[in-house]
Amino acid sequence: MSFREDHELHKRRLGRNVGLALVLAGFIAIVFGLTVVKVTRGDYEPENARIQN
Amino acid sequence: MSDASINTSVQPQEAGFGDYFALLKPRVMSLVVFTAMVGLLAAPVAVHPMVAFASILFIAVGGGASGALNMWWDADIDAVMKRTQSRPIPAGKVTRDEAFAIGITLSVFACVMLALAANIFAGALLAFTIFFYVVIYTMWLKRWTPQNIVIGGAAGAFPPMIGWAVATGGVSVESVLMFTLTFMWTPPHFWALCLFMKSDYKDAGVPMLHVTNGRRSTRNHILVYTVLLAIVAVGMAFTGVGGPIYLAVALILNGLFIAGAISIWCRNEDVSEADGYKREKSFFGLSLLYLFLHFGAILVEATLAPYGLGGW
Repeated sequence: MSFREDHELHKRRLGRNVGLALVLAGFIAIVFGLTVVKVTRGDYEPENARIQN
Repeated sequence: MSDASINTSVQPQEAGFGDYFALLKPRVMSLVVFTAMVGLLAAPVAVHPMVAFASILFIAVGGGASGALNMWWDADIDAVMKRTQSRPIPAGKVTRDEAFAIGITLSVFACVMLALAANIFAGALLAFTIFFYVVIYTMWLKRWTPQNIVIGGAAGAFPPMIGWAVATGGVSVESVLMFTLTFMWTPPHFWALCLFMKSDYKDAGVPMLHVTNGRRSTRNHILVYTVLLAIVAVGMAFTGVGGPIYLAVALILNGLFIAGAISIWCRNEDVSEADGYKREKSFFGLSLLYLFLHFGAILVEATLAPYGLGGW
């Protein structure tokens, strides 16, 4: 049994889906990285907690 | 459902990922990224690399979104002009509605994310930049006045100010000067392009300076704006973002740029037509290098400053 070759349309759709997946994965990585930086810098600590530290 | 039924139910010109990316005007985006990065790095406040990277990315997305909205609004004239006929909408790969949806979504996304990643002022300045480019330039000025590119050029000049705002949370003399450099550079850069684009803008009914006032007037305007630009560019050398390296670069480039503008001013249409607008094309090429090297010199000064070498 031989597999039929994908239509050009399916290749284009696959490229679009893979592209979108990579963009979303990149966005998640950026938000995660930003959160780590802001939390470790103490951006989200209340003002009085920062003064005590 | 068979493959045959799938094939008959979809458009033959279904867009690929690259077509949607092309909506964001990647070449313009590269200028936005570079000038915003220089604005951010030249600022006197250090920014965490992760915050800096994310901020530049969101500024780029905002710039790209305004490009998509520009293509949505200008789809009719893009189809007429040879230079823009291969853009995704006139080429039939992306619909106008899709471009509008992508432009609006990415605009809101980029401004909100920049405000969260850096500060609210930077996010608001990005929102104003998108508004200026889409509403003030694209919808209002472009088809109304030959001064469209002069005033509209402000939109492309904001990115270094946004980069500076990411670091400092505000505006200063230095960031306004970086804005002014790009703002003054845009008219001679664009008018040189107009001179050798022949009848593109006339066919599309866009009142560019050479269409309304003639090519002689455009050559005069290029010379005047180039001289004014040189005063701003060389003057910047003596401010907080300048220094001896910037001064040397500015003197050489502005000398070449003024020489180019004079040679364009001395020519008439017959001479330009005879050699295929060679001088106008080389002036346009030089203008790209001009802006890149000026901001590059600002970046070098900022990079050397911590070692006591940059600045005066």
